[in-house]
Amino acid sequence: MNLLQAIILRDLRIAYRQGSSAMLGVGFFALVVTMVPLGVGPERDVLLRIAPGILWIGAALSSLISLDRLFHADAEDGSLDLLLSLPLPLELVVLAKTIAHWISSILPLILISPFLAMMLGLPADAIGGLAIALLIGSPAFSLLGAIGAALTINTRRGGLLLTILVLPLYIPTLIFGVQSVGAGPGAGTDAITANLMLLTAITLISAVLSAWSAAAALRINAN
Amino acid sequence: MWKYANPRLFLDLAEKLLPWFAGLTVLLFAVGLYISLIGSPPDYQQGDSVRIMYVHVPAAWMALFCYVFMASASVVGLVWRHALADLAAKSTAPIGACFTFLALFSGSFWGKPMWGDWWVWDARVTSVLILFFLYLGYIALWETIEDHARAARAAAVLAIVGVIMVPIIKFSVDWWETLHQPASVLRFDGPTIHASLLWPLFTMALAFTFFFFTVLLIRMRTEIIQQRIRALRLAAIEE
Repeated sequence: MNLLQAIILRDLRIAYRQGSSAMLGVGFFALVVTMVPLGVGPERDVLLRIAPGILWIGAALSSLISLDRLFHADAEDGSLDLLLSLPLPLELVVLAKTIAHWISSILPLILISPFLAMMLGLPADAIGGLAIALLIGSPAFSLLGAIGAALTINTRRGGLLLTILVLPLYIPTLIFGVQSVGAGPGAGTDAITANLMLLTAITLISAVLSAWSAAAALRINAN
Repeated sequence: MWKYANPRLFLDLAEKLLPWFAGLTVLLFAVGLYISLIGSPPDYQQGDSVRIMYVHVPAAWMALFCYVFMASASVVGLVWRHALADLAAKSTAPIGACFTFLALFSGSFWGKPMWGDWWVWDARVTSVLILFFLYLGYIALWETIEDHARAARAAAVLAIVGVIMVPIIKFSVDWWETLHQPASVLRFDGPTIHASLLWPLFTMALAFTFFFFTVLLIRMRTEIIQQRIRALRLAAIEE
């Protein structure tokens, strides 16, 4: 447990001291969300309808930016070899790094999402629902992304390949995430709860899948 | 299975099987195309455009079959380090991607007269499109990793992750909204389409399957020969 904590804290410290990466993600997220009203026009009801979708897509895309570095930085400076030789299953190391990634690059997005949702005209209860849905669903982004990051550590232009590998896997999270926001007053609480449960299931499945396959990919790619 | 991990024996087997597979493919396509395009009656609602089904449905079946085949070969390659299973998975991907594209393309041509649009964001269409992207990602991963053994194993992990995600993607998209008709052939209470349309469909599906195995054998043979050429070149350089 201490080792796990140490890995999480180390990654958080690196993210914090490099400073720019978390803020870059937030900036990217805010910019993506800002581009949409400029692209589709500022009509209130159109924005209200698409707001949950914009925020979820924005979060998915922003999570990709920092995923590229998830294992790549460690592979470059050699600390990946140390992580591989820890007296800890590699699967747990992957989970620890994924948790750190989620805290450092996705949690800030969730924190500013209520403001962006307000700007897009979502009503107050939908904003709360959106934040809860993001909290439950977005770990799947980090987890599934870790698979892509582990598969592409040795490839040139890995970041581009990563997006192609990972984005199709994000689709279930995106669909249930957007649906659980309810998109307006029409949806009942039952439907929202059901979608949140499915979202939880997807995150848990992703955790199992990611721990196994990202660890396998790291072992394959380690020199 | 283990015997044919030896490329020499596999090449011999492929040599023996290929003419049979190719012959069966030609025969089945000849019969299948005749009874589906000329021999079968037009649909009472859709008219002659129902004949698109005889290409569309087998292509869609093969798209899924190829993915499952590719993932199974990946498991065999990853777990037992079976070299030919890796090659089988690698060679399946482009064929599967082509079937997927054919299903989307023919579906688009069927959708225009039936639904009034070239493309609809319907559950099935969308999940097949995502399947197409999964194929592309798999092929791209093979292309970008230079070391063959490493590429094989990394791609195998991706294929296995994909096969777990495919049903999840399918159901998630299913609950989204839908226009495509539900399954009408493989159902518990028997097919809901008439036998006169079913026979041509099955003949075509069989033809597609044999076509797949014929192309697969040719592709695997090419891969083995390519590897051998590469090895010979390297040996020549070292001397």
